[in-house]
Formats: sequence, C-alpha cells, structure tokens
Amino acid sequence: MSGHRPRGPRPPGRHCHLAAYFPGADTPTVWTGPDTKSPIEFSSFEHLARTAERGLFDFLLLAEGPRPRALQGRIDDLDVAGRPEPLTVLNALAAVTERLGLAATADATFNEPFELARRLATLDHLSGGRAAWHVAISSADRTGEDFRRGDYLDRADRYPRAAEFVATARRLWDSWTPDEAPRPFAHRGRHFDIAGEFTVPRSPQGHPVVIRTGGSGEGREFAAATADVVLARPGTLEAGRAFYADVKGRLAKYGRTADDLKIMPGVTVVLGDTAAEAQERAATIRRRLVSPRRALLTLERLWGVDLSAYDPDGPLPDFDPVADPGLAGGRARHGDAVTTAGKLRALSREKGLSIRQTVIETSARQSFIGTPEAVAAGLAEFVREGAADGFVLVPQLTPGGLDEFVDRVVPLLQERGAFRTEYEGRTLRSHLGLPDPVGTGEPMTTGQIT
Amino acid sequence: MTSSHGRGPLHLAAAVDQPGVYDAGPYVELARLAERGGLDFVTLDDTFARPGPDASAVLSRVAPATHRVGLVPTLTTTHTEPFRIQATIATLDRVSRGRAGWRIDVSTTEGEARLFGRRHTAPLDALWQEAGEVADVAAKLWDSWEDGAVVRDAPAGRFLDRDKLHHVDFTGEAFSVRGPALAPRPPQGHPVRVVDATEGPARSTVARHADVALVRAASPAQARTVRDRLRADAAAAGRDPNSLLVLVSLLIDLGDGEHAAEPGHGGGGPRQTAQGPLYRGGPVDLADLIASWYKDGTADGFHLTPVEPRRDLERLVNGTVALLQHRGLFRTFYPGSTLREHLGLARPANQYAGGAA
Repeated sequence: MSGHRPRGPRPPGRHCHLAAYFPGADTPTVWTGPDTKSPIEFSSFEHLARTAERGLFDFLLLAEGPRPRALQGRIDDLDVAGRPEPLTVLNALAAVTERLGLAATADATFNEPFELARRLATLDHLSGGRAAWHVAISSADRTGEDFRRGDYLDRADRYPRAAEFVATARRLWDSWTPDEAPRPFAHRGRHFDIAGEFTVPRSPQGHPVVIRTGGSGEGREFAAATADVVLARPGTLEAGRAFYADVKGRLAKYGRTADDLKIMPGVTVVLGDTAAEAQERAATIRRRLVSPRRALLTLERLWGVDLSAYDPDGPLPDFDPVADPGLAGGRARHGDAVTTAGKLRALSREKGLSIRQTVIETSARQSFIGTPEAVAAGLAEFVREGAADGFVLVPQLTPGGLDEFVDRVVPLLQERGAFRTEYEGRTLRSHLGLPDPVGTGEPMTTGQIT
Repeated sequence: MTSSHGRGPLHLAAAVDQPGVYDAGPYVELARLAERGGLDFVTLDDTFARPGPDASAVLSRVAPATHRVGLVPTLTTTHTEPFRIQATIATLDRVSRGRAGWRIDVSTTEGEARLFGRRHTAPLDALWQEAGEVADVAAKLWDSWEDGAVVRDAPAGRFLDRDKLHHVDFTGEAFSVRGPALAPRPPQGHPVRVVDATEGPARSTVARHADVALVRAASPAQARTVRDRLRADAAAAGRDPNSLLVLVSLLIDLGDGEHAAEPGHGGGGPRQTAQGPLYRGGPVDLADLIASWYKDGTADGFHLTPVEPRRDLERLVNGTVALLQHRGLFRTFYPGSTLREHLGLARPANQYAGGAA
C-alpha cells in the first residue's frame, strides 16, 4: 500500500498521472471505417485496458449509460449508443490486467449506499486493491423513469444526497474490525436511514479511490471535500492553472493538503510525424465525426426547425433560429441561439464554407495535436506550470485510439522523468500517491439531525 | 448427445460458494474444475443477510478465466433496482460471451430491509409476485434492442436502426420502467433464469419465467411430483414444458472412501437435514444415484452443493462425473459455447421483433 507521499515543494519534472477513458456515447467517437470496432464487445474493453496497462497508466475509467438520446421523441440514430454496465465489465477486466486501476462511473442519485458500497468493495477485493468510483450526479431529465423512485429529487438536493452517500459508503467500508469481523452500523441522515451489518471486510485499499468531475462552484466544493481525483475540462494553460489553483485552494478548510487531491483534465491527442501531418490527421478525424446528417442535426438543434431539405454541402439557412415557447428560459436561450447562428453564418460567408464544413470547423478541437515530442512537451508543461497533476486520455477511435500514444508519447514522458518507468505498488492508491484512508475505531453510529 | 430415455441429456451443475472467501483465486479454481468436468453451469449464491461478496461481480471476474462453463449468480429482486439487475446480467452475458444465467431470489428479512431503509419486508407471496414482475421487465429490456439494432451504416451515417429500439413502458404493482435498455440485446437473447422451486410461492414465477427449476428433494417420488407439477404449470402458462428443465438440488458430502455410504442413508440416498437434502457417501454411489434418478424420469439433472467446497467438487468431477461419462450418460466435451446450448434451450424470439410492439 502507499506508504510514501510526496511532501514539501515539488521536485522539477515530477511524475504525472495518466488515465484512459473508454469512449462512446457521450464523447466524440468515430464509428465508421475499418479502424473502429464494437464499443460493446468485451474484446474492445480488453484491448484498451491492456494498452493502458502496457503504458503503465494509473487507471481506466468507464462511463455509465447514457440513455439513448432522443430529439423530438425520436431516438438519435447518428452516434455511437449503448454501453454495458461498467462495474461488471471492470470485474472482468480485473482478470486480464494486474496493476491497472479500474474506475466505474456510478450514479449517486438512483443508487443506494449499502448496495453500491458493497459492489465497489467487492471490486476492490477481486482486483487486489485497484477499484475507483467516479461519483456521477444525475443531471439528466427523466432518468428516473427507469427506477423505482422516479424523478423524486429536486436538483438542489442532488449534491447533498451525493455527499451523504459518499460519507455513508465510507462508514460502511470502515465498519469491519481489523481482524475481519463485522460490526453493526447505523446511519440516520436527511437522505438515508439505514442500519445493520456490511457484508464485506475492509478492502485492500480501505476505501476505493473517489473521483469527481469538477465544473461548477458546487462541483468544485464537493470535489475538494470528498474526492481523491478531480476530472477537469480541457482548456488553455491559463484556464487550467486557474482551475487548479481554485480547487487546491479549497482543500485546507477540509484539513487536506494539495497532494491529497489529483487534478486530471480530460484530453484528446492526435499525433503525426510532423506538425502538419498531425493537423491533417486531426482534421480528418473531425470530418469523420461530422457526417452530412450529423451536420444538419447540429444546425437543427440550434435553429429549432426541421432542416432536412437543406443540402449539407450547400449554404447555411438565411433566417434566424426559431423561438420555442415551450423551452425553459426560452427568451435568453433563443437570444443565444440567434447570436451563435449569426457567428456561424458570418464564418461560412467569410471562408466560403458549406453547412458541413462550418460544423466541422467549429466542432470541438482536439486538445493536443502535434509530433510525439511536441505533445510530450505540452503535457509536461501543464504539470510543471501547475495546471494539472495528470491527464485522462479520451481516444476518438475504439479500441485502438490509445495505441499510438502509449507507443510514442509515454517513452518520451519517461525520458523527461515526467512519468513512471514501472508500477511501484499494487494498488491504485499507491499509483496515485494517495494516503491510506484513516478508518476503523470510529464510532459506528452517526446521526444528522435535520 | 441424444438420450435413450425419452428426454434430453443429463445436466449437471455445482455451487462454488466458499464462506469467508473474498479473493478471486479460489472462485476461479472451482469454476475451472467444474469446467474440466464439463458441467453445464456453476452457481454462486448471494444475500444481503450474511457476509459475502457480490456474486455477480465474482462470476464476472471468473468469466475471462474460463471458456465454456455457465455462470449463474444470485441477484435478489426485493431491494435491487430491476433496471440494474437486467443490465448486470446482460453485461455478464456479454463478458462471458453467452454463458450467463440469473438465479432469481427474494430478500425476506426485516434486517435486509433496514440495510436499505426504503420499505419494510413483505409476505413471501408478495415478494415472489414482485420477483415475477422483475423477471418480466428484465426480458422486455433485454428485447428492447432488437438483434441488428446496431447497423453501423456508414454511407447513410446511421449507427442505429432506431425502429429496432423500443420503450418497454412496464408498469407493475410496485415499480415502473420506461426503457429502453442502455445496451444491445445480450448474446443469448435472454440469459438463463434459474429459480429454486421448492417453496410454493416461487412456483408461479418458475412456471412463467424460469428456464431451469431447482428442487430440493430427498426422494425420487418427491422430486418427480414437483417436476410433473412444474411442467404442467409451465404448459398452463402457455409454454412448451420441455423449455423448463428441472434439476434436483442436493448437498453433497463425499467424505472418505469410495463407496462408504453412511448407515441410515437408505443405500446411499439423500436424507433431509435443516440445510436441505444431503447426500453423504462416495463418488461412485453418487454416480449410481444420479444415473438411477435420471433414468427413472425423476429429473433432468442435478445441482450439487459441496459441503466441503474444494474437496467435494474435486471428488465430484474426478469420481462421479468421470464415471457418468464412462457410462455414456454425461458429455465429455462441450459441443456448444453458450449456456443455452449446453442446456439444449433455444435462443428466444424477440417479443418486439417485426413491429409487434
């Protein structure tokens, strides 16, 4: 387990952390062409997991869902859809990997603490201490339609429930004695009133690693209070430094140090032998992501009307988006749509771009595009300049999208002294340099009077 | 293998439960042992009422370490979300390439209810009524993506054929589910549903939803009575009774000695105990008992729970199974690759196919 943790000022060229995200329904994912395979079959997960472990990555993160998206009542058929249940896949991946951390996304709105804590502790046992939990807080409308509770919880209550959920899960993970006997627990709070005995002994990591996405102020505060790893949005070095300083600055009031929380932006990398080749490959991927129908659908969502009569290779509509009176915050949103549409039309006129070319031009750009040397230098700079502790790689091709990074960039990071050359410990906590959680010996009964 | 006894071939399954074991290794070893014997499937029980790991997780961990043997964890329906149960089983079927089953059970105690703090426990009839609804909605969700729903049609720019995705819009007594599922139909269509049919309240769920029924019976007459009744119920529910296999569940203690059946066992037959019918004797006598009950039409096979997990499973595979194979009563290799193929059960039609819903 992780005995050592870095203290004092950062040594120059300190190690960064790397993780991989299995792409799919909620990230721009290429699904056409012979270089893409099923996002559902176990062989694809196995490929990405083995690649990440070959690259000595800290962990692999799997998402949950989302529900198939629908526009005007019809299921969206353009993009990758469908994901198997992440915890089940990760238990299977524990059989084909030895050191790689295994992170499951699980929602804190429609799960129950006893059951989810048990599943996570089981993964930690079966993987020998490699489990992590990415705490999702459901923001989607209508997710409750699939669950007993229905859409029962106000948006304002979702963070408080998640916080109580994580605290309760930790109490369950701590509930057995060191000599492996169950002790009764009881918790009575605003969201949960539960008691009994946990069915699983303390797991190898004590507590599986807790991961959160930190976007809003509320999300950052939640992460600072409870998370071991924060997933951040990609952005500029300056934006990264500001986010990093903001989140780390919130730790002290929870009695935590800067090293107790790792900040890892999600990044998409495109490599080439030359800078120009990398740019061309990046543009090719964006073209593959934006099919003619995808381009039209993107505009339909903005314009609020059926544009199927338009030619994706022709000019943009010459009228403004239509206001939807049924939409919440309709006036402001409509104003934004008019502004955005105006910018797209201006860009199209200025550069002579078709509908599809305009959407490709304005769709999300990959974060690091360049030669392996340039990408390694860019990643190292983010870490050196206090904008990140590491990165979550988000490939755009399934399942081979990580191969080239592991083969060409990881060795350069290692040469720079910026990344490990072997796994030093066996648990995910040790990869991340996180302290062992204190536990056991606390009173087993908690109550929050509300 | 065809049978000369008017029914399908003999089916054998074993429990791999090991109290106090939370590491993967011992479960992998027992599942591989069962696979070496060509057993149809292994079961792993689960309850919130006693210490133990999550069974579906353990068998998911076992899946890549095995190749043919079926994997049947218990998932209880009383406190776990129906939507999550079906997703877990469908994913186990995916990672095992078509070898998943689901042993359906209910949580009966107030102690288990307190772990969730959502509601009180209910009478057994109501719990099984709900279990039947969970099995029903699980099958609907597995069918909610028709086969071929993922088209990956590059020229047309379509990943999905959206006409092959269906909301299930299920409303039961205690819950409702809109759907569709979050992933395509599992490889077996419907993973194999296993239910212990010994207690009366479970039997309507067995008749409507089970592919395999387990019956704890100490005598051939008792087992035959239950089997006849279950087959009649399945027929009354509109099913082909041959689509329901009935396995006799026995605890086995293969102790010492090749033939030494304990006195009072009626020539090596099982006797009733608090834990269920127990066979105590040698592996050869057990082979004789299995052969005789099977030939009499008492059962389609056996589900055996070793009292001493490693010792008794080894003796079962190396002694009893080897003898049954030698006598031509049990398969010597797996002709198929999915659990349905081992059991001789067809892949079910999709209830939504052809615009039926």
